[in-house]
Formats: sequence, structure tokens, C-alpha cells
Amino acid sequence: MVQRIDRDLNRFRQVVRGIVKKELRKFMVTGELVGRQGRDYVSIPIRQIEIPTFRHETRRFGGVGQGDGEPGTPIGQAEGDGKGPAGDAPGEHMVEVEVALAELARIMAEELELPNIKPKSKDVIEAEHGKFTGIHKNGPESLRHFRRTFREALKRQIASGAYDFAHPVIVPIKDDKRYRARRTVHAPETNAVIFYLMDVSGSMGDEQKDVVRNESFWINTWLRHQYKGVATRFIVHDAEAREVDEYTFFHTRESGGTRISSAYQLAADLIDAECPPSEFNVYLFHFSDGDNWGGGDTQVCVKLLNERLLPSANLFCYGQVASPYGSGAFINDLAGAFKGTDNVVLAEINSREEIYESIKKFLGKGR
Amino acid sequence: MAVIEQEQLTSLIGEIEDYARGYGLDFFPVIFETLDYEAINMVASYGGFPTRYPHWRFGMQYEYMQKSYGYGLHKIYEMVINNNPCYAYLLNSNQIVDQKLVIGHVYAHCDFFKNNAYFKNTNRRMMDEMANHGNRIADYMSTYGRDVVEDFIDVCSSLENLIDPNALFEPDERRGEAAADEGAPARDVARLKSKSYMDPYINPPAYLELQRRVQDEARARKQFPARPAKDVLHFLIEYAPLANWQRDILCMIREEAYYFAPQAQTKIMNEGWASYWHEKIMTQKALNASELVDFADHHSSTLAVHAGHLNPYKLGYELFHDIERRWDTGRFGKEYDECDDIARKAAWRRDTGEGREKIFQVRAIYNDMTFVDEFLTEEFCREHKLFTYSLNERNGRYEIADRDFRAVKEKLLFQLTNLGHPYIDIVDGNFENRGELYLKHRFDGVELRADYAKATMEALYRVWTRPVHVQTRVGEATVVLTFDGSAHRERALATADAA
Repeated sequence: MVQRIDRDLNRFRQVVRGIVKKELRKFMVTGELVGRQGRDYVSIPIRQIEIPTFRHETRRFGGVGQGDGEPGTPIGQAEGDGKGPAGDAPGEHMVEVEVALAELARIMAEELELPNIKPKSKDVIEAEHGKFTGIHKNGPESLRHFRRTFREALKRQIASGAYDFAHPVIVPIKDDKRYRARRTVHAPETNAVIFYLMDVSGSMGDEQKDVVRNESFWINTWLRHQYKGVATRFIVHDAEAREVDEYTFFHTRESGGTRISSAYQLAADLIDAECPPSEFNVYLFHFSDGDNWGGGDTQVCVKLLNERLLPSANLFCYGQVASPYGSGAFINDLAGAFKGTDNVVLAEINSREEIYESIKKFLGKGR
Repeated sequence: MAVIEQEQLTSLIGEIEDYARGYGLDFFPVIFETLDYEAINMVASYGGFPTRYPHWRFGMQYEYMQKSYGYGLHKIYEMVINNNPCYAYLLNSNQIVDQKLVIGHVYAHCDFFKNNAYFKNTNRRMMDEMANHGNRIADYMSTYGRDVVEDFIDVCSSLENLIDPNALFEPDERRGEAAADEGAPARDVARLKSKSYMDPYINPPAYLELQRRVQDEARARKQFPARPAKDVLHFLIEYAPLANWQRDILCMIREEAYYFAPQAQTKIMNEGWASYWHEKIMTQKALNASELVDFADHHSSTLAVHAGHLNPYKLGYELFHDIERRWDTGRFGKEYDECDDIARKAAWRRDTGEGREKIFQVRAIYNDMTFVDEFLTEEFCREHKLFTYSLNERNGRYEIADRDFRAVKEKLLFQLTNLGHPYIDIVDGNFENRGELYLKHRFDGVELRADYAKATMEALYRVWTRPVHVQTRVGEATVVLTFDGSAHRERALATADAA
């Protein structure tokens, strides 16, 4: 029996999904969801959904209770209890709903109108696999589902009166047999590696890093949805570049100058050594305040991009975060050098509100 | 713990039924079903009716219940449905001692359903009726589209508390009619009886003329409805421009609201009554010595008071005990009430022995409001440490405000009045002769919640399709809230108009 409640539960999930979709921009801007993801689920705080009715404003009104205490003794925060007499649930309740990461990515896709990523080329890696998702009445014997078959046979025998409780022998006939049904699933492509590069020179403050962290959450959510296995690598740079872990990435602060080419050099070396583009879809996201060392370093960067990074990467995104110190010239240099280059995306993120747009820009390419 | 065998459970049920009847409880036949926790949560999400119409809010209920069960915060031991026969669902993982207690509890609920006056007009075939509603709504969904129908159910559910619980004593089909009636046929103005020669002085012609004019004016204004109607749903069903399927759904929602109203009206009594009897049955008859500790644990958690919150089980249970004790010892009547010697009152003892008889009578003719009004005494209030609490604006906490008997009782009664919902009447269905709906909130000291009021007015507009006005109070001012289909407005009303 398909439980009626499953249907209603699904409807409820759709209602929740609608709310998440509507509030997606807010979640992106505030970064509320960052750090709330588990392996497969994100726990999202939303306002408790209620059907509105005419009701009293009981928050201030209070109620009747029982127990010890003098006048003035606190008996709890402004919260309902669910047990007391009617009309006793003031305040605003937040509830946490769990939404699958895949679902969140789909919501993102709808809201930001993100295209699915087109496979780079078919023969790169096996891109489809089978999954046993259902039960059919026909199939090869090797896929026969013993328990279901047995149950059908038992049902039939009991119903027809052929079942002998003293000698419980079950003989399945053809109609009883049930088989696992295989469905081919086209996994877009298998592996991806995301390189996050960030300027940690003195001019990048906490606010700027927060923006980057927020961006990376949504980028990860999206790319995890598109690829089976996603690895993330983190590179920080000032005048020198080094690879770090995620925690360090978001918490280091250096004071040196900025030589962006060092990071590009390191990324290129890592790609060649560990993530050959024949096996990986390579994504590069670079965040900086756009203040590069003079002396021709920008030219070196352009050269590195042209010769080593862009040929092997699906996408190179540069996000320029506004900071009070940065000159912000770098984005203009890149824009000049890569006009019309398909896999380069540049975005300026001057405030939190622009996170939404920049993500749309980064991921809207479908690459 | 092994699951209890069906035979054992059947014999337990038979045994406890005999005990219950032995105490004089009187109930419809009861059909017991044991369910696992998922199934019982499901049934509970549907308000006890597994065949109820589909709606997302039941799915929401289920999700919350499953979660809180999973976290060990909440567990449903049993559920009883007011129906003839009564249906009772038991959790299959209950231990034997739990099942005994719960079965006793169930029989007392069934007795209450059958005998309490407020349940007299409830549909005792609600199981079937709900299934019919479910089928009809499923039909509409396949005809008009699931989203359209579900959306309309949302609208109706928003209005479902706009019924008149006091109309429960009217038979179902006549509820709400009186007020919607256009008024009696015209009669001449009333005269005082007088001798003919005195008539011009006792009934002065000028005065009669004035009265006639007032009456004519009232008739010319054609008040519609003739008197303020509390059963707003009935009014909408009769007069709102609805498609047949919408009208049918609104009827169903209203019928279900009236079905559930007595349960909300008697929560304290019903649970108190059931707790009183499961305790009696267990301690006097059904309990084995080896089960004593488990019973005590379960019973005390049922009656526990959490963090100062009032527990209806506890309140009802204690009140029934208090009534029984008082009527056993003669602590009632004029003489007792008027005695103001505390010592004498405390030592009062007359062997009236009417306690048991009295509580049976109480369970038959009271509801929570009259129950609390009549039997919550100052002594009880003191003994059970009742208090009122209110919000401390400075720290956002609720704090104990008062232990005064009068204040406690007043607040409690307020919460029980009209099921704790605000009183909202339809005053005019043709406001300013523009077909607009004018409702009036009978202000009784507590304002309406503004955001909910606005959303509810939008739902009303969906049904009525013309602007909707609600007269209420905000702070000191009488205001009229208006929703005209696109925007909300609010205007203050001069005091003269407010009357």
C-alpha cells in the first residue's frame, strides 16, 4: 500500500522547497547555510509554516501556570509549549528542515537559471552507470528478487487457500516472480577538482573572506550535484603561494605583498602533476582584491593563463572582492586580455548583495 | 520487551472493559487496533482519521511527529476517536502495564464521548463521513487539479475557527440559520397596556410615531444579516459566490470544525476524567504487584507539570478528585460557601457521600469553561500553586505575575472562552451597499495578531471576492482593517461610529 501520508509528506516537502526557493537570495547573501551541510543534507532554518487564522496576540498576554516561585520568577523564554490550553503559543517558531544537497542544487538551478554542465567529451571517463531502482515482473533469473517473489507466492497461496500451515511449502509460479529493474543513469561526468585560489595579503580582511567562503559553499553545492566525485584544493598566496587545507584557507592572514602569478604557477604545477585534465574536470576560482604587484607580474599571469591554465581548465573564474585597500586594476587587465574567451568569467563582488549575481555569472556558463 | 500477543491483548481488553462497566462507565463498543509508531503517528497526523482528505499540513504534522519521536521527545501511547463504535489505536510497543493503563484510559474517554452533553450532536459516524470527504475531495482534485483544490483547502482552513461553538446544541442542519434569517415579519410597535382613556398618556402618540420611524428606518436599511452572525462559515456557504465544488469543500471543513469543537471545549475534563479512571482501574483492579513501579512512572509522567506550564491532564484529574472529595464530605452548598472561618472550613466533615455521583453528573453536563468556572475554588488554586504569568518586555522572558485567585481564574477562563479564539461576527454582508463584507471583532482585552489577521482577510477575500473589513482595536483606538484584493489599509474609527 502506498501510504497516504507519503503523498502528503511529499506535498509538504514541496511547500518547504518553495519557501527555500523564495528565500534563496537571502540565504546566499547572509551566508546562513554555510557550515550547516552534512554529507548529503543541508539543514535550513525556516519560519514554521502555519495556516493563518484570526487569533489573539497572546505574546504579551501570558497565561496560567502551576508550580513554585514568587512573582517575578522566570518560567521560560517567549515560547509556546504545545500542551497548555488553547491560544498559548506566542512568539515565532523557527524549524529546521533538512533538504538534500542535490535538491538544494536543483533549487539553485531553477532560481539562478543555471544550465547543466555539458560533458567535455564522451570518452574522457565513463559517464553512465546502472542503478537498481525498481521492481519489474519480467527480467533475467539472475536478477530475481527472492523476498518479493516469495511474498507474492505466499500471498497468492494464502488467498487461494492452497497454503497449508502444517506444511508451509511455497512454490512460486511465473506470475509471482519479481525482478530487480535496472535503470541507466547518466551521471554527467565523474570527477571534478575545484581549485580555490585566494589572495591573503594584508588587504584582504575578514569581511572579504566571508564573501569568499559563502561563494565557495554555493559553488561546491552546485558542482557536487553535477559530478560524482568532487575534490577541492585550496591555494593561498601573497607574494608566495602555497597549498593549504580548508581551515587554513579561510583563516590565514599574511601581511606581504601580492604576486598573483605565484598562485597560478602553483595551480598549473598541481594540475599537471596530480589532476591531468584527461581525467578531471578542472575548475579554478580565484578571489582577490585586485591589487597586484607591479613590475610586469600581470603579464606573467596572462601568459600563465593562456599557456597552461586555460587549456586544461573547464572554467576559470575570477572574483574581485572590494576592499578598502585594493586598487582593483587586475580585473580590468584580465578583461582586456581575455575578451571573448569562453571559459573565463570575471565578476566584481562589491558587497554581500552581489554574491547572488556573481554566482549566477560564474555558474551560468554551463561548463 | 516482547510484543504482546494478540490473544493476551484481547483478554486484557475484555478484563478491563468489565472493570470499567463495573464502575458505571457507559460507552459505545470500542474497536481496538494496535499500530507501530509510524502508523500511529500517521493516524495522529490526520487527526485520528486515516482516510481523511489529502493535504500537505497532515504531511507536516507527520514530519514533526516522526522527528520528535525519533529524538525521544514525544510518544503517542493511544488515540481514541469519537465515533460509534469508538476506534482506539494502541502503540504496539507498549508494555503490558502500559497497555492496561491505556485501555482503561480509552474506556473513560469513550464514556465521556457518549455521555457529555457537548458531544450530543456530533456525528457518530464520522469515520465514514471523513472517508466520504476524502473521496469527494480526491474527486475534485482529479477534476479541477490538485493544486487548485489544495489551495482552496488552505483558504478554508484559514477560516475554520469562524464557527459558533455555542451552536453545538442546535442540530447540525439548523446551525447558523437563526442569525442569517432576514428577521420576523413587520409588526406594529409595542404598546403598554392601558385603559382607553389613559392611552394617550401611557402611549403618547408622538413617541409611538418616533418608534415607528426608527423601525421603518431599520427595515429600510435591510440589515443583512439581520443580527450579527457568529457562524461566518455558514454565512459564506449561503451567500458567497462559490462554485459548487468549493461550496462543498467549505461545507466539509465546517462540518469537521464542528465535529472537533467539543473535543477542544472539553480537553481538560476529558483528559482529567480518563486519567482519574485509568488510575482507579489500575490501582484497585488491574495492577499486578510487579508492575507497580512502571505504572507509577507512567502515571506520574502523564500528570507531570513541566516548567510551570499547566497540564490539562493534571488540572482535570485534580479537579475531579477535588469535586469528589468535596461532595463526599459535604463541602458544598450555601452554608459551606458562606462560612468564613478557615479552620472550620478545613475541618469540615459531613458524611454526604455524594462524590462519585457528583462527578458522573459533572462529566455529563459541563464543558471546560463551566467546569473551571464552577469548581476551581480558591483553596484549590492555593493548594495546586496556580499562578498567572506574563511577558517581561525587558528581557523577553515569561515571569510569574500573580497568585491571586481571581486573576488566575479570569485568565484561565479567558483562554477557554470561545476555544481561546477571538470572537468575530459578520455584521454586514452588504457594507455601504457595495456588497462588501464587514466583520467585527468583539474586543475583550486582547488584540488580534496583526500579521495573521491580514493573511486571514486575504483568505476571506478569496471566498467573498469583494473587499473585506474587520473592525477591531489596536492600542486604544478602534480601527477598521480593510483588504480590497490588492492592498491592506487601516483607518481609525471615530468613537461614535464604533458603538
